Amino acid sequence: MTTTTLPAYDDAVATFEPVIGLETHVELGTNTKMFCGCPTDFGGEPNTRVCPVCLGLPGSLPVANKAAIEATIRIGLALNCSIATWCRFARKNYFYPDMPKNFQISQYDEPLCVDGYLDVEVDGRTVRIGIERVHLEEDTGKTLHVGGATGRIHGATESLVDYNRAGIPLVEIVTKPVPGTGALAPEVARAYVTELRDILRGLGVSDVRMEEGSLRCDVNTSLNRPGEEWGTRTETKNVNSLRSVERAVRSEIIRQASVLEAGGRIVQETRHFSEETGDTRPGRSKEEATDYRYFPEPDLVPLAPDPAWVSALKAALPEPPRVHRKRLQESWGLSDLDMQSVVNAGAVELIEQTVAAGATAAAARKWWLGELARRANESGIELSAVGATPAQVAELQTLVDGGKLNDKLARVVLEGVVAGEGDPTAVMEARGLAVVSDTGALTAAVDAAIAANADVADKVRGGNLAAAGALIGAVMKTTKGQADAKAVRELILQRLGAN
Amino acid sequence: MSDLTKLTAAEIAKRISDGDVSAEEVTRAHLDRIAAVDGKVHAFLHVDADGAIAAAREVDAKRARKETLGPLAGVPVAVKDVLTTKGVPTTAGSKILEGWRPPYDSTVVERLRDAGTVILGKTNMDEFAMGSSTEYSAYGPTNNPWDLGRIPGGSGGGSAAAIAAYEAPLAIGTDTGGSIRQPGAVTGTVGSKPTYGGTSRYGLIAFSSSLDTPGPCARTVLDAALLHEVMAGHDWRDSTSIPQPVPPVVEAARRGMTGDLTGVKLGLVTQFDAGEGAEPGVMAAFHDALAALTKLGAELVEVSAPHFQYALPAYYLIAPSECSSNLARFDGVRYGLRVGDDGNRSLEEVMSLTREAGFGPEVKRRIMLGTYALSSGYYDAYYGQAQKVRTLITQDFNQAFEQVDVLVSPTTPFVAFPFGSRTSDPYQMYLADLFTIPTNLYGGPGISVPCGLSDGLPVGFQIMAPTMADDRMYRVAAALESAVGTLTPPSLEG
Amino acid sequence: MAAISRDEVAHLARLSRLAVTEQELDTFAGQLDVILQAVARVGEVAAADIPPTSHSVPLTNVLREDVVINCLTREEALAGAPDVEEDRFRVPRILDEEA
Repeated sequence: MTTTTLPAYDDAVATFEPVIGLETHVELGTNTKMFCGCPTDFGGEPNTRVCPVCLGLPGSLPVANKAAIEATIRIGLALNCSIATWCRFARKNYFYPDMPKNFQISQYDEPLCVDGYLDVEVDGRTVRIGIERVHLEEDTGKTLHVGGATGRIHGATESLVDYNRAGIPLVEIVTKPVPGTGALAPEVARAYVTELRDILRGLGVSDVRMEEGSLRCDVNTSLNRPGEEWGTRTETKNVNSLRSVERAVRSEIIRQASVLEAGGRIVQETRHFSEETGDTRPGRSKEEATDYRYFPEPDLVPLAPDPAWVSALKAALPEPPRVHRKRLQESWGLSDLDMQSVVNAGAVELIEQTVAAGATAAAARKWWLGELARRANESGIELSAVGATPAQVAELQTLVDGGKLNDKLARVVLEGVVAGEGDPTAVMEARGLAVVSDTGALTAAVDAAIAANADVADKVRGGNLAAAGALIGAVMKTTKGQADAKAVRELILQRLGAN
Repeated sequence: MSDLTKLTAAEIAKRISDGDVSAEEVTRAHLDRIAAVDGKVHAFLHVDADGAIAAAREVDAKRARKETLGPLAGVPVAVKDVLTTKGVPTTAGSKILEGWRPPYDSTVVERLRDAGTVILGKTNMDEFAMGSSTEYSAYGPTNNPWDLGRIPGGSGGGSAAAIAAYEAPLAIGTDTGGSIRQPGAVTGTVGSKPTYGGTSRYGLIAFSSSLDTPGPCARTVLDAALLHEVMAGHDWRDSTSIPQPVPPVVEAARRGMTGDLTGVKLGLVTQFDAGEGAEPGVMAAFHDALAALTKLGAELVEVSAPHFQYALPAYYLIAPSECSSNLARFDGVRYGLRVGDDGNRSLEEVMSLTREAGFGPEVKRRIMLGTYALSSGYYDAYYGQAQKVRTLITQDFNQAFEQVDVLVSPTTPFVAFPFGSRTSDPYQMYLADLFTIPTNLYGGPGISVPCGLSDGLPVGFQIMAPTMADDRMYRVAAALESAVGTLTPPSLEG
Repeated sequence: MAAISRDEVAHLARLSRLAVTEQELDTFAGQLDVILQAVARVGEVAAADIPPTSHSVPLTNVLREDVVINCLTREEALAGAPDVEEDRFRVPRILDEEA
């Protein structure tokens, strides 16, 4: 890696002011595609979710999906946008084999939603991200590149196309440029995508899984010296997780600063983010801007959302995540600082669901921010991907509360859950980890310990209760830690007539 | 030639319904006629004899079961090869689709099947409906039954010629700038372009989406109206389909056949009547027809349509622009021809070689013209400006229809011309649609009905009506037909 | 003056994915020039304040309910394809151009 020769991030943001912008694509979770009745379910055999329309067969015509239009309007409203009173779809013309018609039905100069904003909190400070537009388009098919290295287009000898994804409704959300965030730019970018994801999930319009590509993000970054005009921006694609959003901005700031410091200039280009190296590499720099020859889609009539319809959709919007969080914070009895750490860990929803599954807020928070957060950090993954579900965490806590597990055993069980061995009860049983609650076995162990440590037993009988510790230790040793220490103590005192 | 092929669709339907003749007999008579004369005419690209006989037998079986038959049950129909037919080859007159069998029926074809009509096969056309002579068909031209050395019009020359040659009583065409009406005019048949949105485009291989309109071709106005009612009506699969009842065109045709046009105001567009670009023989026949119509009680009113003169230029920007995008899908990936895939060439090279080999010269010209008109530096001056002109032409129509019931004109400036006489200068070919194009830009209906001969060749009379008032033009057309009669071409036998 | 040059026509052919021959370029350049000069007449119309017409039907909000409709079978979907591999449409190598 070459990062050692680059100026440190702190130096970069001390010299330059970053301006960021984000373009996010969201696959809507409608039942059917944007312009035909094919199902959108994930993972079908190749080319089994296609019809004359989404295959672009000669003669076929698109008909817009009402649920997709409605979802887009709801997204626009949730992002405080104005909803167009009249707008049209447009054809974006370019040749590519994953596009069955060699044009994409999209929106050009008449997007459905414009001019909104989203407030995000970073480091105790609220940053307002302007939303330029929210528009609706159709997704492309998937191309498999064969014969080259690791499925890349470069070096491939042929490609294979599956059109199951072609025509799935895709909403594009474009921010206005965001200046003035300074060193916080990477965190702001991440906070924006996180907040956006939470909003989309709250709206129920998409499953917003970045790993599966239902939420895709392109990050624009430029640098300028204070007081100067904004610099040339690059567009970083292939940013497939929240963590990557932050890393991509950070690495692009460092890279651009080093180029500028060395007297070079930034080329307007598309770059690709690499999850492995954490930096960006250049894609094709366009020698000439592609002319997409947009024109109004003649096969679809204009959209003119009725104000009454829009009002009804607005009235039915769910509580925004910010408000929802405030309410949770109060009901969980957390300080601002504590809540912030929950948010930063990406644990709000996980804790909420764990509580819903029966755990106390304190217990849920303890597991998610403790043992599980530690594991997620170690593996460099999102907390939600750590391998335990809220229901499992709640079940684990029930076992602890019921005395079946002690804290130490619970951690071991959790390890098994995360490793995919099953639900906590199943792991506990399979690994034989339950607290020994068989009184007969425990009494035998206690009696054995008393017999083996007669001097200690005498001290206890004589009223030196603190001496019982040694006996407890002996019992715990013979039960391999699977006894409840408190219960053992009680039993020892009882047997020695000391209580 | 069997008498059955000389009958009108209305007569055939009645005879079948009355049990005088079976649908199978009617179908076989037409298949025999095709076998006898299509070698000379070349109206068909594909004859589906098995499918036709099966469909006819089904009608006969239904009748035997005493089930209700539709108004055109058992009547043979020829379908322009630009409409998809499930499992039956559909080429749009292009090499690039040679051998393609669509997995679905167009809505129009579906309705024809549901109505019990018998689809004989697919008719020849200019490639992707671009042309006025069928000379741009990749499979060779259709010959005009009136003079086999002359063009049958286009793009739907195959459908018009099939009717004129008694190979079918009815045919389906599509009209983007005159592709139903101009072939109707030069073959002495009736060709009707319904209101845009009145007939479904689903399954119509798109040339210019905002203009393409399927419609009926027939030898009489009543037959055209009967077919119109079967094929028209709202279709949810076409977003531009108008959700309103079909105008009562059959009733209007029957009313017109009484020969009374008292109180009907016919608008003569002064800019058209100046006669620019129209042959004297055409204008003479047109004026004779006007005289006949006034005798039936119609009133002639001069109206001005100042922007009609810009219709042709606007059309040749809008239609190529849309076609450049519509035809992008023919790339040799999902269906159709693929050329040059030798294992070394890139997809881009193979695509370009495929399109180069698969498209004819007129299609290439229009694709490039449209690509140019949509380019960012030229959009406003060309495509954008053409769309504004379209607005003005619509305003001209609306103002005219405040004064008159219908507008009338010759259908085309010239009678059937000899092969090869307009192919070297593409713009000369475009002039064939001078009078038909304004209606397409406006979206209203237009019909061409024979009105006489010029030098022994048919002349068409065009009637244009307001959108969704298709019935008006059928009434006038049927009245004119009652006055001047239908035309019969010379025999093709011997 | 010509409305369009031979080089521009070559560029249009490339954009349109048409591998036209040199001879075709000569012919098309001349023909497109004639056509363009003729259609450029639309520019004579004073239409600055006139709204453009993209659709002749006065319809808006034509929408479909979100209900699944039968797809084609895979056999039907692939039947017309020039080349199929692993149930997918096979294409030659793609230049790393517009990805």
